[in-house]
Amino acid sequence: MQLSGAEIVIRSLAAEGVEFVWGYPGGAVLFIYDELFKQDKVKHILVRHEQAALHAADGYSRATGKVGVALVTSGPGVTNAITGIATAYMDSIPMVIVTGQVPTHAIGLDAFQECDTVGITRPCVKHNFLVKDVKDLAVTMKKAFYLAASGRPGPVVVDVPKDVSAAMCEFEYPSEVSMRSYNPVTKGHSGQIRKAVQMLLEAKRPMIYTGGGVILGDAAPQLTELVRLLGYPCTNTLMGLGGYPATDPQFLGMLGMHGTYEVNMAMQHCDVLLAVGARFDDRVIGNPKHFYNPERRIVHIDIDPSSISKRVKVDVPIVGNINDVLEEMLRTLKSEKPRPDAQALKAWWAQIELWKTKDCLRYDRTSKIIKPQFVVEKLYEVTKGEAIVTSDVGQHQMWAAQFYKFNKPRRWLNSGGLGTMGVGLPYAMGARQAFPDTDVACITGEASIQMCIQELSTCKQYHLPIKIVNLNNRYLGMVRQWQQIMHGNRYSESYMDALPDFVKLAESYGHVGMQITKPADVEGALREAFKMKDRLVFMDFLTDQTENVYPMVQAGKGLTEMILAEEL
Amino acid sequence: MRHILSLLIENEAGALSRVAGLFSARAYNIESLTVAPTEDPTLSRMTIVTSGSDDVIEQITKQVNKLIEVVKVVDLNEGRYIERELMLVKVRAVGKDREEIKRTGDIFRGRIVDVTDKTYTIELTGTSDKLDAFIEALGKSVILETVRTGPSGIGRGEWIMRV
Ligand SMILES: Cc1ncc(C[n+]2csc(CCOP(=O)(O)OP(=O)(O)O)c2C)c(N)n1
Repeated sequence: MQLSGAEIVIRSLAAEGVEFVWGYPGGAVLFIYDELFKQDKVKHILVRHEQAALHAADGYSRATGKVGVALVTSGPGVTNAITGIATAYMDSIPMVIVTGQVPTHAIGLDAFQECDTVGITRPCVKHNFLVKDVKDLAVTMKKAFYLAASGRPGPVVVDVPKDVSAAMCEFEYPSEVSMRSYNPVTKGHSGQIRKAVQMLLEAKRPMIYTGGGVILGDAAPQLTELVRLLGYPCTNTLMGLGGYPATDPQFLGMLGMHGTYEVNMAMQHCDVLLAVGARFDDRVIGNPKHFYNPERRIVHIDIDPSSISKRVKVDVPIVGNINDVLEEMLRTLKSEKPRPDAQALKAWWAQIELWKTKDCLRYDRTSKIIKPQFVVEKLYEVTKGEAIVTSDVGQHQMWAAQFYKFNKPRRWLNSGGLGTMGVGLPYAMGARQAFPDTDVACITGEASIQMCIQELSTCKQYHLPIKIVNLNNRYLGMVRQWQQIMHGNRYSESYMDALPDFVKLAESYGHVGMQITKPADVEGALREAFKMKDRLVFMDFLTDQTENVYPMVQAGKGLTEMILAEEL
Repeated sequence: MRHILSLLIENEAGALSRVAGLFSARAYNIESLTVAPTEDPTLSRMTIVTSGSDDVIEQITKQVNKLIEVVKVVDLNEGRYIERELMLVKVRAVGKDREEIKRTGDIFRGRIVDVTDKTYTIELTGTSDKLDAFIEALGKSVILETVRTGPSGIGRGEWIMRV
């Protein structure tokens, strides 16, 4: 059957089982929008800014594990989308982004709304395509989905010139594709796995450190089984939260720049470190020179060979699908005679308990001003730990990560790699679209929320009753904290002046607004908000302006060179 | 240390810019890069001369391998290999220099491929070292223009780089 390129795009999406596309129309994608109009398989969600389309599709993917899909027009549509593409890229989120392009004959002539999409997006995509012939369109769409979701996932851009979307050709969606230049590893090396198990069993001071790879690889059950079987302490990175149940006694909290004291100490002083789907980045291990410990041996499991020995040299690298590798480790472990050294393990746990007595996440619970940590704790209680929580970037993000206990994967959505302010609300939109019966809370700051505030309108249109928890400290809090600690209290441009009245703002978009100023009202407000099942509620909590996130490892410092709350 | 990487890469528009972009984005050294299609027109062969510590070279190889269109990467320094670079150099050839230059060219097995009253254009192939030595032997004062292709490399013996 002869179909237009535009129809092929939509049919391909349907064939991939795509439910939602977030997008924004324009000249170069008009044929595609016309085809969207004529069908009801793929539902389009009209955002208010292309950046939000990308973030929402990205949030949907983070929450579901499926490929997130966005559709934008050429030129400014694409440039507006770049932040969203780069955000997904840094966190390895599988996405397919269809972009309109000027007609092939106009490419290179500085046509209206032309930009070099393949060139601009190249450094922040897993791969991209410019489709010059309609005959290549279906197979390119297939490749895009395959590349996005396989191996180390990532965003893939398909750039479709307007004449290609208009041209006709025979359509048959390929059932599979293979590419000779792309063969992601799946199974880990058995010899290496045996070596790793051996090393783990020999450990006197073991530590298990896991990242976003466990979430992306849907390996939380295997990881949990392994950690429990061994009885070893476990930590998750910011991206890995939910990979291991946070309420479990073997969980020591998040590690890194704002990790707990006990976790950072254990990372530094362990003798065998198992790293799973994590990449030893600067926010996680601090200065690699300081992190180096000749007595520590490292096993590193990752799907991407280039993540191995990039910042930290490892002793036993294992490249493969994390859940496959962990399963094989479990099998080997169960068939091995030797058990972990119980004596040594007991002493190690005693040491960890000692570190825990620092009570490093302590804050003033008697304060008359709302403490941001308190709000997150109450949110956890009110939602019984069952909400999907998104955040923006800043202090509130760290408090969310420290104080909301994630027991399951894909419940915590945030921008860890690029650190993009503005993702919180669109992530919540994507998550809620996927799970209409789950509470979705967006923990944000008064600065971050303003970066995609226009999406309150999209939430109204599509009935997305998100609960926004605005930790309003009237500061670019994280910036102010760095300025306080590292720049002699000179708060250069970090005060958020001329803030809108968020209650009225929410109301003007047709939502419910609340302002909460007293600690005693925090829980009540949250309960009231979550009772309003079908309304978006914007809760503006006026919080302590000078509260800081502790512990803190300053950029470039060693992981154990932590500043604790009482030291300032 | 200097390394020569050999790549087989899909012969597609934009493939070259992916490789070049990777090197600049990750601040890897790139001394030269040559590329041309192979006997199989769907494949190009690329030779990249780079330098760095062993760790850096390992990262470069892995990152290049990760590019979707790269079919294969080999670090030629891991085995024995042959490298050749072509240079064309135009020199001022007047007076007593004229004879001297021709002699120097002969010693390096260069060929004069173009002649005017005042100039010679010499073609020379060899390792980059040899070309450097030739330039030094000629001396800056007589050289008017040089153009070099950058090295191409191939493994020695029966070892073959194939898809
Ligand atoms: C798009 C973008 N611009 C700038 C930054 C740098 N930055 C990191 S945190 C932060 C302040 C965030 O303020 P707010 O949203 O109020 O959160 P708080 O830290 O006060 O909790 C800034 C400006 C960023 N991460 N993203």
